[in-house]
Amino acid sequence: MALDDNALKIKLREWKDKQRRDDLKYLGIGAASLLAFLLFWQMAVKTGLANERTLPAPSAIFETFLDKLTDPDPDGNTLGTNIFASLQVSLSGFFAALVIGIPLGLCMGWWTYADRFLRPIFELIRPVPPIAWIPLVVVWMGVGLKAKALIIFFTTFVPCVINSYTGIRLTNQTLINVSKTFGAKNFEIFHKVGIPSAMPMVFAGVRVALGSSWSTLVAAEMLAASAGLGYMIQYGRNVARADIVIVGMLTIGLVGAFLAAMLQFVEKRFLKWKTTR
Amino acid sequence: MMRHAETEAAVADEKNGRPVKISVRNLTKRFGDLLVLDDLTFNIHANEFVCVVGPTGCGKTTFLNCLTRIYEPTSGDLLIDNASADPQKHNISFVFQEPSAFPWLTVEENLAYGLKIKRVAKGEIERRVNQILDLMGLQQFRKSYPGELSVSIEQRVIIGRSFAMRPDLLLMDEPYGQMDVKVRFYLEDEVIRLWKELGSTIVFITHNIEEAVYLAERVIILSNKPACIKEELVLDLPRPRNIAGSEFIQYRKYITDKIKWW
Ligand SMILES: Nc1ncnc2c1ncn2[C@@H]1O[C@H](COP(=O)(O)OP(=O)(O)OP(=O)(O)O)[C@@H](O)[C@H]1O
Ligand SMILES: [Mg+2]
Repeated sequence: MALDDNALKIKLREWKDKQRRDDLKYLGIGAASLLAFLLFWQMAVKTGLANERTLPAPSAIFETFLDKLTDPDPDGNTLGTNIFASLQVSLSGFFAALVIGIPLGLCMGWWTYADRFLRPIFELIRPVPPIAWIPLVVVWMGVGLKAKALIIFFTTFVPCVINSYTGIRLTNQTLINVSKTFGAKNFEIFHKVGIPSAMPMVFAGVRVALGSSWSTLVAAEMLAASAGLGYMIQYGRNVARADIVIVGMLTIGLVGAFLAAMLQFVEKRFLKWKTTR
Repeated sequence: MMRHAETEAAVADEKNGRPVKISVRNLTKRFGDLLVLDDLTFNIHANEFVCVVGPTGCGKTTFLNCLTRIYEPTSGDLLIDNASADPQKHNISFVFQEPSAFPWLTVEENLAYGLKIKRVAKGEIERRVNQILDLMGLQQFRKSYPGELSVSIEQRVIIGRSFAMRPDLLLMDEPYGQMDVKVRFYLEDEVIRLWKELGSTIVFITHNIEEAVYLAERVIILSNKPACIKEELVLDLPRPRNIAGSEFIQYRKYITDKIKWW
């Protein structure tokens, strides 16, 4: 028995080693493709195949990137300030949407009265593209942080509501019945059965919401802004600095990926029962 | 035969002095035009172990669902201790036919679930959960989630969760269908032990006639849909019952024939 155990452990270690080697291999392949792409790009620019003014070489972009970390030129903010400004806008809109949208969706999914009462309004708002709100928002609250956050709110609110609603609607009836026969009241069943069982769907909605909150940023920052990644891109365009535009785009991508990874981390924590399968 | 069995049961219970626990009065249930339960009337006495057998789809689950008010009966009533059945008042446990462990709770949290709803004191919950973990052989899985367990172990969690309630009334809907023979025999003996220890009243639905004859004091045989009672059979075999005994086999054959007939 002890021997068996040892053999098993060795097998497990071997398997894990192999797994790690495989991971490394695939990482290598990915890196190679990226490198080849950058190399090709660099060559294309250096040989004059592409115009350096409209498409700077990767090396130049990297230089601009390093510069921007400390240098506020040309848009007036360092990259860090821009990132911070954008995060402030998108995260405040995003969290407001979570805090309002998720409970709303859950209640609408659980109580028919809430559903009947709120659904008409929701269905009316839902198909309106978030960007179409911009003029109205400007009239209401100017062009400050609140206005921009509100536009982000409109994009992220909808997936939060829909997913929470659908998630709680899909609650397994047998699990509800188990609680009923134990004598639980409706509200207790809502929070002990409905909410946890809706969580996977809710998180899927939050993931969508996070993505769209970050990608609507450029549009929101088209409102008169004095800082932010979207603003930086606009500015780069106006002064014909393609490198600034590209640095802005890349930063949006990177920060977005980072936020998604954070969310995944939180989700793993919250949905341990799903992920340990 | 049916009248005969009923009086027989009544006489037996007069002898034991067991009051009526569940009283089913003219219970009828329709789903739209579909008549499922047709005017059922019978009593189940306190501390009685009743098995319900009948063809697939005849309405066995529907009966239990009426008893717990998951469905409202179309007409007629169900009384528990002379009061209209109400899970918030009565201490009922239900082992459903479908797997029903909460996937987001660990095994021990699943076991504690019903006790928390009944607001049992914390220390008592811990004690009972531990006892059930031992009883069901689940100690090693206490921190696992149901998704990590096999179906038969998950079913043990579900059964344990009902046992932990020390229910007045234990309803079991084909609880051992998923189990292999060894575990099934073990759990059949466990349910009998629990029944004797706690003095619960048990209504046990099964497809397995051997199981019914092994467990029941009384077997209620339902007819095809719409279900009415075809026959009630009092089994006064001594326990532990010998499944190879001639009387046992006779009963088994008798019930099998009754069900085969329609
Ligand atoms: N909620 C419902 N709505 C409509 N019809 C239903 C509903 N529940 C059950 N039925 C019908 O009632 C009949 C009896 O169902 P029930 O589940 O009570 O049978 P059962 O005896 O438990 O069957 P099984 O042996 O398969 O468990 C079936 O024909 C079923 O289709
Ligand atoms: Mg059934």
